[in-house]
Amino acid sequence: MKTVTHTIEQKVNQQTERITGSEAVIKCLLAEGVDTLYGYPGGAIMPVYDELYKYQDQLHHVLTRHEQGATHAAQGYARISGKVGVTIATSGPGATNLITGIADAQIDSTPMICITGQVGSHLLGSDAFQETDIVGISTPVTKWNHQITKASEIPEVFAKAFYIAKSGRPGPVLIDITKDAQFEEFDFTYEKCEVIRSYKPVPKVNPDKVAEAAELINNAKKPFIVWGQGVILGEAEKELTEVIEKAGIPSAWTILGASAIPTSHPLNVGMVGMHGNYAPNKLTNECDVLIAIGMRFDDRVTGNLATYAKQAKIVHFEIDPAEVDKNVKTDVAVLGNAKESLQQLIPLLHSNSHPEWHQRFKDLYQIEFEKVIKNDLHPTKEGLTMGEVLKEINLQSKGEAAIVSDVGQHQMIACRYADFNVTKSNITSGGLGTMGFALPAAIGAKMAAPDREVVAIAGDGGYQMTIQELGTIFQTKVPVKVVVLNNDFLGMVRQWQQLFFDKRYASTELVNPDFVAIAKGYHLPAKRVTKRSELSAAVKEMMESKEAYFLEVCVEKEDNVFPMIPTGSSVSDIRLE
Amino acid sequence: MEEKQLYTVSIYTENNIGLLNRISAIFQRRHINIESITSSVSEIEGVSRWTIVVKLAEEQMKKIIGQIEKQVEVIKAYYHTDDETIYQESVLFKIKSDLLFEERQIQNIIKESYARIVTVNREFFVLEKSGRRSEIELLYRELSAFGIMQFVRSGRISVTKEEMKISEMLAAFN
Repeated sequence: MKTVTHTIEQKVNQQTERITGSEAVIKCLLAEGVDTLYGYPGGAIMPVYDELYKYQDQLHHVLTRHEQGATHAAQGYARISGKVGVTIATSGPGATNLITGIADAQIDSTPMICITGQVGSHLLGSDAFQETDIVGISTPVTKWNHQITKASEIPEVFAKAFYIAKSGRPGPVLIDITKDAQFEEFDFTYEKCEVIRSYKPVPKVNPDKVAEAAELINNAKKPFIVWGQGVILGEAEKELTEVIEKAGIPSAWTILGASAIPTSHPLNVGMVGMHGNYAPNKLTNECDVLIAIGMRFDDRVTGNLATYAKQAKIVHFEIDPAEVDKNVKTDVAVLGNAKESLQQLIPLLHSNSHPEWHQRFKDLYQIEFEKVIKNDLHPTKEGLTMGEVLKEINLQSKGEAAIVSDVGQHQMIACRYADFNVTKSNITSGGLGTMGFALPAAIGAKMAAPDREVVAIAGDGGYQMTIQELGTIFQTKVPVKVVVLNNDFLGMVRQWQQLFFDKRYASTELVNPDFVAIAKGYHLPAKRVTKRSELSAAVKEMMESKEAYFLEVCVEKEDNVFPMIPTGSSVSDIRLE
Repeated sequence: MEEKQLYTVSIYTENNIGLLNRISAIFQRRHINIESITSSVSEIEGVSRWTIVVKLAEEQMKKIIGQIEKQVEVIKAYYHTDDETIYQESVLFKIKSDLLFEERQIQNIIKESYARIVTVNREFFVLEKSGRRSEIELLYRELSAFGIMQFVRSGRISVTKEEMKISEMLAAFN
């Protein structure tokens, strides 16, 4: 009885106002601190768009040119800021066009809310115009999803959605709202969600496990850290640096972990994985304790699991219990948020330096430099390399730029060679490998961090998958810099065809349009570089531009990305040529 | 490769639309066939209980439990071997009523199998039997000799010998 009275009192104390479901959607977004959303209008979401019109001074809606672009823009926004990205679309094709971005956000743990309109509830299941079962379709690629058929559900569902998207291991949440619920009036109040009884987003750190981890690390002769995006999502960059420096551990990163610690840090030994650096891949199979922090042992990182770090004890710091022992059996698993776990670990670590072990990394780096890096960054041949473009961008941005890469050869080159001095600076589609990600993601990133230099780097293939977002750049005047490294090929697939399919270049050669003319069609300043002598000045002009800028660099057509661990091979068998 | 065996998965969840899709997708995505699936209320008000039977290696079973528990609306998931549970299935047989009088043997089969006649009318009678799969299969074989008009078997339901501390978990939450 007591609780009932309490609830009634609470209700009375809270201000309620009678508004439509559509207005409630806007009020929920404002209550959650949303300032920007990316979307595309259509029939079933029109009532919400009507409210967006009324609230345009408080909520910035960015009209992308395709719903997929809206999701990637929201992802870029989320990845650079740590905030929840928001996308809005209509029912049917509007909703299905979101799926690639949602799947991308799911596998890369990006907090995102997708709002979709739905046909009226009386029409559900009738194959009505633009009806699609988006809740069913999105289920396997969302952290949570829900269909709203009554306006009164809106505040609670939105509050839960934001809480779920952001907490623990983040992910995308889809909210589908029938058109009648958007029109319906109800008494609105909003309360943020702080707990869901069936959902425990952050496991409590077990001090015994931290102590076990510390003991293994302290006794290690050749400890090796591989960190992932968990460090960035958990804002544990400072703690990770302390761990590394105190225990003197050479540390490498996964593609999504890039930029958590500056590239120039002496203990940062580079990227692991298929096109990662030679030393950290090779020495994965020599270390005695492998400390994985906020990473999930993706197959692109491990290569053949049967020959992955078998000699080492494995310590895994991880927020998601389902990741522990999923791919690699751990000796000690420390569940919890990276920041909290590492904070507990630091005082237990002995100061150490491991100079001989470090030397191994330096020696192998030297081999990689001679065989690969030198030719990528200081080429002597006539054709331009992707690497030297990155080197030029590093120089002119002083390593302060956020690099938003697409998927393919240029992505691997960007991740290998970009200087990252600031965290949350490597925005790329890691898990899903979504071509077309870079251009819209860069738009979102620049809007979330207007003070940062944001450079999109795409290949000529991926660029054309979302090239229409140049229209969004033109309309919003968002000053992103767009670089296309054009080799007239789907370069990564071509590389595989060359190496594993006897150079049968099936459908990988592209006959490309005049990219500069297209950019100019959108009234963007644009330039094409074909010679080394023009590169530096062109990059300078781009970086100094106050407005958006398009730069096409025509690079060597058939360059390959090395080192490379062929699929199914051991990390030890990494190839340098 | 670890040997596959039959596991009974018990899942306590919130009672929400779409959860069936979310849970079955976990199996479907990994190309795992579900032997049987049952959803019902549980001993706790407002909490649903799922009983899913699958044939898997234990290592994979553990990973799938992790994936199930990761779902926002799943409260807790467990897996058990047959030895660790008390389990039953139910079947209904629809059989021509004439046979009851013409084939004396049927009456003996019913008695010996501890099956129960649910209803009888001029045309057919309905026989109900709960038990282990082997008992049900035996009864099916015996009756099929005479002709079965309709047959249906439920998914497995099971309780565990050991306690599953769901109520305490939820009490701790409240």
